Amino acid sequence: MNSFPWLTILTAVPLVGALAVLALGVRNKAFVRWTALAFSAISLIITLILWHSFNSTADGFQFQELHAWIPSLNVSYRVGIDGLGLLMLLLTAIVVPIGMLASWQIEQRVPLYFALVLMLQTCLVGTFTALNFFHWFIFWELALIPAFFLVRLWGGSGSAKAAMQFLVYTMVGSVAMLLSFLAIFLATKTFDFTELAAMAQNGTLMPAVVAKLGWHLLTPEHVALVIFFGAFLGFAVKVPLFPFHTWLPSTYSEAPSGTTILLTGAMSKMGVYGFLRILLPIFNPEMQKVLNLLLWLAVATVVLSAYTALAQKDLKRIFAYSSINHLGYCLLAIFAVAKFTGGDAALTTQKFAAMNGVFLQMFNHGLTAATLFWFIAMLEKRTGGVRGLDDFGGLRKVIPVFTGLMGIALFSSLGLPGLNGFIGEFLIFKGSFPLVTWATSLSVIGLLITAIFILGVIQRVFSGPLKEKWAQLPDLTLGERLALVPVIGLMFALGLYPQLILGVVNHTAIQMAIHLRNF
Amino acid sequence: MNWIVRNLWLIPALPLFAAGISALAKQKNRALAAGLAIGSMGISFLLALCAFAHVLVLRSSGQATQQVFNFPWFQFGNDWLSLGWVLNPLTAVMLVMVTFVGLLIFIFSVGYMEHDENFTRFFCFLALFASAMLGVIISNSLLLLFMCWEIVGLTSYLLIGFWYFKPSAAAAAKKAFITTRIGDLPFFLGIVWLYSQTGTLLFYNNGAGCLEPTAITHLLSQTTAIGVCVATGIALLIFCGAIGKSGQFPLHVWLPDAMEGPTPVSALIHAATMVAAGVFLVARVYPLMSAHNGIAGMLTTSTALQAVTWIGAITALFGSLVAVAQFDIKRILAYSTVSQLGYMMMGLGVGGVAVGMFHLITHAFFKALLFLGAGSIIHGCSGEQDIRRMGGIRKLMPITFLTYGIAMLALCGFPLFSGFWSKDEILHAAHHWNISQAPYYMGAFAALLTAFYMTRQVFYVFAGSSRLTEEVTDASHAAAHTDAHAADHHHGSSAIHESPAVMTVPLALLSVFALLLGFFGTPAWPWFQSFLDDSPLAVNFGAFGEGGILPVMLISSVIVFLGLGLGWWFYGRKPIESAVAPDAVGKLSPPIFTVLGHAFYFDAFYGATFIRLNTLLSKISDWLDRWVWSGAVKTITSLVFGFAHLDNFLDTNVVNSGFDEGCEGVSLSGQILSRLQAGRVQGYLKIVAGALIVFTIVLLWKAKI
Repeated sequence: MNSFPWLTILTAVPLVGALAVLALGVRNKAFVRWTALAFSAISLIITLILWHSFNSTADGFQFQELHAWIPSLNVSYRVGIDGLGLLMLLLTAIVVPIGMLASWQIEQRVPLYFALVLMLQTCLVGTFTALNFFHWFIFWELALIPAFFLVRLWGGSGSAKAAMQFLVYTMVGSVAMLLSFLAIFLATKTFDFTELAAMAQNGTLMPAVVAKLGWHLLTPEHVALVIFFGAFLGFAVKVPLFPFHTWLPSTYSEAPSGTTILLTGAMSKMGVYGFLRILLPIFNPEMQKVLNLLLWLAVATVVLSAYTALAQKDLKRIFAYSSINHLGYCLLAIFAVAKFTGGDAALTTQKFAAMNGVFLQMFNHGLTAATLFWFIAMLEKRTGGVRGLDDFGGLRKVIPVFTGLMGIALFSSLGLPGLNGFIGEFLIFKGSFPLVTWATSLSVIGLLITAIFILGVIQRVFSGPLKEKWAQLPDLTLGERLALVPVIGLMFALGLYPQLILGVVNHTAIQMAIHLRNF
Repeated sequence: MNWIVRNLWLIPALPLFAAGISALAKQKNRALAAGLAIGSMGISFLLALCAFAHVLVLRSSGQATQQVFNFPWFQFGNDWLSLGWVLNPLTAVMLVMVTFVGLLIFIFSVGYMEHDENFTRFFCFLALFASAMLGVIISNSLLLLFMCWEIVGLTSYLLIGFWYFKPSAAAAAKKAFITTRIGDLPFFLGIVWLYSQTGTLLFYNNGAGCLEPTAITHLLSQTTAIGVCVATGIALLIFCGAIGKSGQFPLHVWLPDAMEGPTPVSALIHAATMVAAGVFLVARVYPLMSAHNGIAGMLTTSTALQAVTWIGAITALFGSLVAVAQFDIKRILAYSTVSQLGYMMMGLGVGGVAVGMFHLITHAFFKALLFLGAGSIIHGCSGEQDIRRMGGIRKLMPITFLTYGIAMLALCGFPLFSGFWSKDEILHAAHHWNISQAPYYMGAFAALLTAFYMTRQVFYVFAGSSRLTEEVTDASHAAAHTDAHAADHHHGSSAIHESPAVMTVPLALLSVFALLLGFFGTPAWPWFQSFLDDSPLAVNFGAFGEGGILPVMLISSVIVFLGLGLGWWFYGRKPIESAVAPDAVGKLSPPIFTVLGHAFYFDAFYGATFIRLNTLLSKISDWLDRWVWSGAVKTITSLVFGFAHLDNFLDTNVVNSGFDEGCEGVSLSGQILSRLQAGRVQGYLKIVAGALIVFTIVLLWKAKI
């Protein structure tokens, strides 16, 4: 059962890196930065090894490790990955170095900053590999700590409030989720995801929980719904789903851009991942009961966040709302898939499409959003933190290469075919349209408004007459260009040949859809 | 399978390669960029001729003229999504037209853009455009077509906004992209709907494609919840894409503004090729468009085709009305393009693929010629675009005048010129349409107006003496539209000159086609029609006498002469003496002329309704976000904390008596946090942990452990 402990090593490498960076101390900042980057490079290499040796046609989890941990509580250390987990590991391994590079200009408490980034990476890896609620939750919660301090200590003027809002919000969600799982644990004596999913599938999970709790004020169905809602809240806040999103814009805009990259590129995927790994297989019957509401919340997430982005004047807030919008498509597809159980072959094909679309969209959003915030970081470095929509104009004249490359990232975010964003959205719409026609049709408005605000950014920042103030703005340095090449290249590669990812995750998507079919 | 079929992808790939190289090249590598673009386009043109010849050979040997090449792209579920390309008469004709016109315009651009500092970028974008456009043409998959279609939209955006430092250009580019995207989103939904219904997006795939009888029959047998046949629903959604791209009413508003781009761009993209992509799309999915449940036969027209016809007829009339009252040389041509695209749509609706496509091809040549001629004039006049300030150019730019005259007569439908044959065929088909005669009358009236506004333009521009030094007082049409070309192109304002050979030779070549192309599709020898429809061909001069062709031809000739005559009556009889003199037709009824001049105030109307609504929605969303959602959450949070404070005493009691292992996450957080400074956080965490513990106690107590 136990393979070579690749996943444990992958979890440990950034932690070791964090300690190493702290040990180096504050004297040589450049050395600290490079050390941190080296550790993230090691993680990337290990992840690529995993990607290479992953068997994309095998069922179940791979690279599994299972060790008894707290026998009295039936808690074991169980890690493993399927296509989805692997994809998230790859995304994390790509986003973290981007975040570090975008934080290169940070001069205060450099070792602590990079140590926290590496700690965050450990937590992310732990979350994406854990198969037991117990230590999954530990990583899930621990991730908040580095994130909190990164926002709080290096953020802008409003960062204290933003960081607190972020912490309290996600903490409340997590507490609710924890309570739900405690209730489940009390009834089932297990925290293992696979076992819980199996129980949910044969319909024994919720009756057992309800019998154990025996709240007489509520009917059994309502008890089950309360339990579901607790778990749901934790993920809904993290993604976020409308209207649990209000922490996000202020957090994303107050955080230093390097940290925002980590938040939007990787941490937001924890929520979607939770929906796929935990909520969908374990709480499906309860989800069914409120699914129409959830669907319309997803549509609201897509449409309202796009409209709100249109009203923003701060580049970071624009892309914060844009992030909400992009992940809204994921939730739309997830709810569409959850809506229909049973074995209808035609619907199953649609679910395969939607599931693959969700996976692709998660990865692509991570890549594109991280890159966009990276560009904002580079812009802030040049302008001393100025990033208002109306502060610029005509920048293409002085920084043509910057404009061109950021333009590519912007059009990727817009979903232009040929770049990475398109196929994910196509598969999501292709799969969701026959499943939930009206909700999907309405969501198209989000695509239109996204185009409007993205072109608005290009128009106001890069076109028009050049503002005198920016006449001396330096274009991208050679180092920056070289660092951007692999990222932009990946955007093209995935846009032209999405099989690179779909070939690996497709089998997992099929398995997940089939698991749902059996409810 | 033939070599050219297997390697058809090279035709779009070569310009793509050129675009890629020149994107990486430095601005100073001008010769490299232009050379690559023209060279790749030249080779593509030769390959397109090969493809054309191949279809001809197949045809003459009596084989099927349609060959496809499909390949798997990516997998999802148990299926692979396949893409592919198709070579059939429609593909072949479009390939030759686009590569040839494109090549000539590329060459013209070398002269026109000579002084532009972003010359290299210009050719990069042009080549990328050509690549995407050729991709649209060869696609055998609606998805691949849509992808190329969107990239065409991107390049159009980049080229309209090429002079990005002009706010008007940046705004026009954005407007073009957004407006066409409004049409593209229903198109997108049509695609996913079609996909979910037929399980494929390949057009042709040995009987399993979505345009082949099995799929069409399936689509016709389904009905949606609102009672519309699925085939009709999908066809109408796809047509929305064509409305946007081809500047059809009511999404035409972007096309006149697109004239902010350099004139070769207007010629290539916004006259000859890209805007025709919508017409091409309808032609490509014609089996779906024309699918109907009625009894097989000529007498039933599908709902979708009726929609195509009416939209086309309205657009044809609308465009020509508005063109009458414009003063910007390029805007006249832009509204003329809108009008002619309407004709093409109408032709598709009433007459079928060959009728609409024939006008598309002839129009591509003479309209490209008109735009390039206008470019040559603007180049010669140092950037002036207002026809009231031109005049007398006939003598100063003789070659331009001659070619412009040919193109103008072709556009008007002057007998024997190419436009005559193609337009007449549309009118003839409209005359015999079984649904209504109204499109015929609308089309005929539009033809009259076309002859009129072109005569007006020609007299303004070429006749009399130069008015270039005079000032125009009418602010709305004045220098605002002046081509940025002038900015880096300094000639004395009076030194109007003929353009260099690199610009006039393409003009001459195009005018040959504008003159002669129509003879490939006359009633006596309908080669083009039989080629596209794959029907037998024979020379038959008796055809003029059949089916009422000759009367319709006579009527439309009379109409053309009437239009030309009216134009001469108003603008040619007395020379236009001053740039500030009121327009001869405008004097008749200034209010109507003003309404036409503002294109029926559509921009203002959209600005006051949709754009305002959109802004309002975004403000409401923002307001809700700031105050309502955020406020509600803050209130709840305060309540939770209040509750936690009340029960805070439990904290100390319970923590000491040991709490559930499950809280470890939170407690661990607390410990780490307390080690790392942060005063208030610790307090809050305590509260949260306290609340958690309270809940747990309640839970455990209720569970009666």
